[in-house]
Amino acid sequence: MEAMAIISIFTLSIFVRFEVVSKVSSTLHTPLMSGANAIHGVILVGAIIVADHSDNSLELGLSLVAIVLATINMVGGFVVTDRMLEMFKGKGAKNKGSGDK
Amino acid sequence: MSRFLYELIGLSAGVMFILALKGLSHPRTARRGNLLGAAGATIATLAVFFYSSDGELPLNNLGWILGAIAFGLIIGVPAARRVQMTAMPQLVALFNGVGGGAAALVAIVEYLKLGQSASTTVVIATVFTVIVGSTSFSGSIVTFLKLQELMTTRPVVFAGGRFVIAGTLLATLGCAGWVVSSLGTTPLLVLAGLSLAFGILFVLPVGGADVPIVISLLNAFTGLTVAAGGYVLDSTLLIIAGTLVGASGTILTRLMAEAMGRSLFGTLFGAFTAKPQDSSGTGEDRPVKSGSPDDVAILLNYARRVVIVPGFGLAVAQAQHTVRELADLLSAKGVDVAYGIHPVAGRMPGHMNVLLAEANVPYEQLSEMDEVNPTFPQTDVALIIGANDVVNPAAKTTPGCPIYGMPILDVAQAGNVIFLKRSMRPGFAGIENELLFDSKTTLLFGDAKASLTKVVSALKAL
Repeated sequence: MEAMAIISIFTLSIFVRFEVVSKVSSTLHTPLMSGANAIHGVILVGAIIVADHSDNSLELGLSLVAIVLATINMVGGFVVTDRMLEMFKGKGAKNKGSGDK
Repeated sequence: MSRFLYELIGLSAGVMFILALKGLSHPRTARRGNLLGAAGATIATLAVFFYSSDGELPLNNLGWILGAIAFGLIIGVPAARRVQMTAMPQLVALFNGVGGGAAALVAIVEYLKLGQSASTTVVIATVFTVIVGSTSFSGSIVTFLKLQELMTTRPVVFAGGRFVIAGTLLATLGCAGWVVSSLGTTPLLVLAGLSLAFGILFVLPVGGADVPIVISLLNAFTGLTVAAGGYVLDSTLLIIAGTLVGASGTILTRLMAEAMGRSLFGTLFGAFTAKPQDSSGTGEDRPVKSGSPDDVAILLNYARRVVIVPGFGLAVAQAQHTVRELADLLSAKGVDVAYGIHPVAGRMPGHMNVLLAEANVPYEQLSEMDEVNPTFPQTDVALIIGANDVVNPAAKTTPGCPIYGMPILDVAQAGNVIFLKRSMRPGFAGIENELLFDSKTTLLFGDAKASLTKVVSALKAL
């Protein structure tokens, strides 16, 4: 898995550098940061794995705290990003000039 | 579930994260991108419940795990739903911090479990996760306190501060060596404590205007932490997701620093070079020209072109709707109205666009700084509502002030400048604005919404 993982990571991160690096309008800096922030909430997966492995109450307690924190990060992050982006809905290029609101 | 299927689901989630980040960087696809990211995270989380490395299902402590997730949902979802859009940047900072904290805890638990059997590379990855995760956690808490204005937004610099910071950093690295050589539990806990202290010391000297860059940087840090945590746990998904966030976060940090005209190096190592500032806050006694709402209405009424510069004060007063009413009224009178949006108006790049979009301000009226700056010489009135730092000429004229080098909106080029302000208090960055004392400047003191309402009724009466 070692070699495979490292190759995947390199390929993917190079891909991302090409895809995401391109100019991002400053309008989207905040939602992009917030969305990326939510993605690292998948540490929840790691927290669940260590909770499964725990064999004493100290380990279990710490991993449960990690689960709570990671859930807040992941779910809260996606929800708040969606709320931000919702504000842009139906505006911009799509209905330029039509003052429907 | 077989290991192969489990890994395959992890890989799919990774691909979804890439597409999510790609979607998020274009306005049209941003919302879909975010939902795709959420879907990826959901399938990845569900998959863990159906695969266990020791082969026994259901997972041990399943009830506790589900309870903890429910508890996290009860805290996270309402917080994300109810937060005022004005307070959103600090919530993002807080979410980032808890993510870093979670990654550090995961690494600590795994380390406690592995004990003496851990391989050197795993211990190094653990050490990295604990240092960076803890730094991100405590640093994010400090950025939260700064943005929430629970503490001063000015750089906190104390005598010998840089030696304390450098000392803490050296102690942290020394302690990391101790963990790797001894494999003990105590050294790891000391390491976590030192890293928490370092995070606080690292962010304290950062001035208010640079806070968004630091949040973005800490976000990239947390990403790398998650990747290292993935190495400790042997999880491809975490390595992929963490690297993605680390890479895109680093790039985003650089883009933000460019948009704000800040040197990334200067922001990062400000902690080591910052000197106590001499605050020249003697402006209180100097004469300013303050006007009545009627004066402002008359100026606006006879203008051909008006540029509105909204700032955080407008957002705090919830005056988005009133400013829109004013703009509509002026447009009806044949005045050419535009909004000049500074890239960092509000508290974060793009924050003001979100706030104005919430008030249904037509997208076409929002002009970015580069579009609007050349038009100021032809502009009769620049109406600045609750903004200060983004129009402060000190950014051009005063080398050494905290915002020097940041591009600003050139409102001084306009025929008349009107500031709607609560008081003479300097802006978020804590710097005096010379433009307030200029002869073509009129000030209208008061809450942005109350002032605007008075101006609107005065304008209707004309």
